[in-house]
Amino acid sequence: MPHIPLQEHLPGITGLLEYRQDTAEPIRELTQVLLKGPSTLTEGERELIATIVCYGNECNFCNAAHTAAADILLGEHETSAKMKQDIETTPVSEKMKALLTIAAQVRESGKSVTTASVERAKAAGATDIEIHDTVLIAALFCLYNRYVDGLATVVPADQGFYMSLAEKIRDQGYVRTPGWYDKLKK
Amino acid sequence: MAHINVAEGVAGIRGLAMFRPETGKPLYELAQVLLRGPSPLSEAERELIATYVSHRNNCFYCTNSHAAAARCLYGDEKDTVDGVLKDMQHAPVSDKMKALLHIAGKVQILGKEVKDEDVVVARAHGANDREIHDTVLIAATFSMFNRYVDGLASLTPTDPAAYEEMGKRMVEKGYVPPQP
Repeated sequence: MPHIPLQEHLPGITGLLEYRQDTAEPIRELTQVLLKGPSTLTEGERELIATIVCYGNECNFCNAAHTAAADILLGEHETSAKMKQDIETTPVSEKMKALLTIAAQVRESGKSVTTASVERAKAAGATDIEIHDTVLIAALFCLYNRYVDGLATVVPADQGFYMSLAEKIRDQGYVRTPGWYDKLKK
Repeated sequence: MAHINVAEGVAGIRGLAMFRPETGKPLYELAQVLLRGPSPLSEAERELIATYVSHRNNCFYCTNSHAAAARCLYGDEKDTVDGVLKDMQHAPVSDKMKALLHIAGKVQILGKEVKDEDVVVARAHGANDREIHDTVLIAATFSMFNRYVDGLASLTPTDPAAYEEMGKRMVEKGYVPPQP
């Protein structure tokens, strides 16, 4: 049971973003810019960066939701599954391996990011904006994971919920969609 | 030196917000609404939570800038801030504040570290839903800011006077994104 009363039909982050909407607004906007805005990283790649952090932080709701989003955007589920086992043998570019490594370091602590890992990313063609966005996406999911688990929000057991959330993310992004929430009441 | 090519001489998050204004805007808006917007916690208490989490994350820039803002807001009781950083459990703050700082410290480790009994203790000392919510969100938000600032190795001044100036500005003007 959550530590504070939240609307029962809104599990995980969804209930928190409705509980306090004035803080939800900039959090949503930041997420929208980083994960859906113009970028030289694909939306699938950006969801993989989010997923590696959620997985490492053992946040079951966020991990399930962003794994589903990455899978739906990539059109397969093997990359996200392999990435969680070992970044180096994941079937992604050398640049993505370097960025995922940076994200995993940010998850531990900002101080864990090494000059060597940044140089590896640059050598593989990563731009300053790609490195910046990787660090900020990883940091942002350290916020989300702590918000969601720190208040003990509900984690749906039904995989269908995360599939439907992933479709919402793909089609409508991270903006507030009251209509989508109303559907959960049924 | 920062890991990316940010404007020279602009410290911490300000340099990063100037590098990428599209993300700088919502980041500053979040800090403003969370630390200066409506809340049953005072601005001083909220800056204290931010400082405590930044300190636990060893983020020198965030700890010193928010400690300066908190000292400014505490006024005559500014020693509260250093008392909490030195030894939170014996610091001159209320039992409710200690319980909330304890929750913030758990959030700093990981969300799932916050246990039912931590929340029960906070409620027993008078904390309400919104105070518990805001404490968790401030702690989560600074777990982001600390990683952002240190993860990109942004410029970190070492002169304490620089932070005193920053703290004053954060209290007088709030969180306003830097203009490029």
